[in-house]
Amino acid sequence: MDQIKNELTHKSKASKQDVRGRTIAFICIAVIMLVVLSILFMITSRGLSTFIQDKVPVSDFFTKTVWNPSAVDANGHYLVGALPMIVGSFSVTILAALLATPFAIATAVFMTEISPKRGQRILQPVIELLVGIPSVVYGFIGLTVVVPLTRQLFGGTGFGILSGTFVLFVMVLPTITSMYIDSLKSVPRFYREASLALGATRWQTISRVVIRASVPGLLTAIVFGMARAFGEALAVQMVIGNAALLPHNLLSPASTLTSVLTTGIGNTVMGTLPNNALWTLALILLVMSLLFNLLTRYIGRKGGLK
Amino acid sequence: MKNYDLTEQSILKLPADTEIVVETKDLQVFYGTNHAMHDASLQFPRYSITALIGASGSGKSTYLRSINRMNDGIARVEGQIMYRDLNLNSKDVDVYQMRRRIGMVFQRPNPFAKSIYENIAFPLREMGIKNKQEIRATVEKSLKQAALWDEVKDDLKRSALSLSGGQQQRLCIARALAMSPDILLLDEPASALDPISSAKLELTLQELKKDYTIIIVTHSMQQASRLSDYTAFFHMGHVIEFDRTQKIFTNPTTRITEDYISGNFG
Repeated sequence: MDQIKNELTHKSKASKQDVRGRTIAFICIAVIMLVVLSILFMITSRGLSTFIQDKVPVSDFFTKTVWNPSAVDANGHYLVGALPMIVGSFSVTILAALLATPFAIATAVFMTEISPKRGQRILQPVIELLVGIPSVVYGFIGLTVVVPLTRQLFGGTGFGILSGTFVLFVMVLPTITSMYIDSLKSVPRFYREASLALGATRWQTISRVVIRASVPGLLTAIVFGMARAFGEALAVQMVIGNAALLPHNLLSPASTLTSVLTTGIGNTVMGTLPNNALWTLALILLVMSLLFNLLTRYIGRKGGLK
Repeated sequence: MKNYDLTEQSILKLPADTEIVVETKDLQVFYGTNHAMHDASLQFPRYSITALIGASGSGKSTYLRSINRMNDGIARVEGQIMYRDLNLNSKDVDVYQMRRRIGMVFQRPNPFAKSIYENIAFPLREMGIKNKQEIRATVEKSLKQAALWDEVKDDLKRSALSLSGGQQQRLCIARALAMSPDILLLDEPASALDPISSAKLELTLQELKKDYTIIIVTHSMQQASRLSDYTAFFHMGHVIEFDRTQKIFTNPTTRITEDYISGNFG
């Protein structure tokens, strides 16, 4: 009897293993949390020091259009107007998403509804390949093909928002497409049956029932694509012209938040205003990606079938 | 499993003056190389309920789905499906028009994620009916026919997904009725419902029998015996017996049917 009692009141090998496993998992999570929090803290504190330490008014930063952090104007104000980059980032992102969405819808519908077999065999690998190509390669292609083509077709230097849009279009297309495919696949089969049994044609079923039911998924896919486009640095930097000027049309050279960051990061000294200003740009990028993230969650919660 | 002679058949010959709405002649269904339905020849009299019974995998759902060609693209169907002297199983038939005449309700209630009203109005609009008054009238009429009107009339804007399973199923019936069909095909409509909802559904079907011809696949033999006028028993892709329900449940002709009905099966 004592032996059984002993066994029951003492920790067995299995329960010790349990504790050990849980400890390891907690340590890993703690490390990740620590890294994420320190990154957030670092970017936020550095990014805010432009406003706190160097006393740049927040409104100036977001509305002024001259970006030259190493100089001051006649009144002694720093020239850190980030509006051109903000406009640049948003225009390439939104234009690329607008351009890519119809193509993504068509591709995804073809692959899931119209010809699933061929779609799986041919298009799936193509899309996976497109996702896997490094962005510097896209930029290189953009530089040698898209830029000269834009120059020939529309005039100007070829560097600008339009070229950036084209390059980003190719880059976000596979993202939006593959996410939308998943969302189309998750439309319940009985929806299609319900529609077909009522005498709806295949096209009516696809356009009125299947696509309709997958709208939240589509929006999520687009937001993900936009997040990717917004954060893309290299490829855009190679084709957009990198002029920190407010773009007055799609062909004039412009810049994005990311392109200014990548070009400027090596030329500044830590702790000085030019460096702090770049951190502020990074903070904007961080906040935007956070917003994109919240947006997808919001869509997911709101858009579910009720 | 007992070995039965699948060629032993007993198909009731309906009197010559019976009005037949739809009839299959030597219907064969193949899933790839799998021969799922053999020589199914059945006649369905007008304004009657015919129950298709049999074990899982006996082919009764396959047979039902073949009638309004919901198996298109899934299976190969051979043989004739005669409806008003027209063979439905031919390329000339517009399946979309045909499915409005032969409506279908599925095992799992499948309303669209729209309001109750829109569930019926939306397909009507897709059919090209523009007149709002006409749509409203059809919605009301179909909901009344499906015995759902009194339960939902105060709030037709409510999401159809907020209805109970039984109400959803009756909504699906109403939606099918809005297309003004001749025939209603029901594929185990009560199997996802509790006994009370299921009883309500049966009452609704009894009412509908006056205006429509109903073919219903069911797992429940009690349901078949309560509800139907005729019963067809399927086994392993063969139609074994077709007769008046009363006859089948009291004095079946073939040994397989007798064993199945008495629960002495397999």
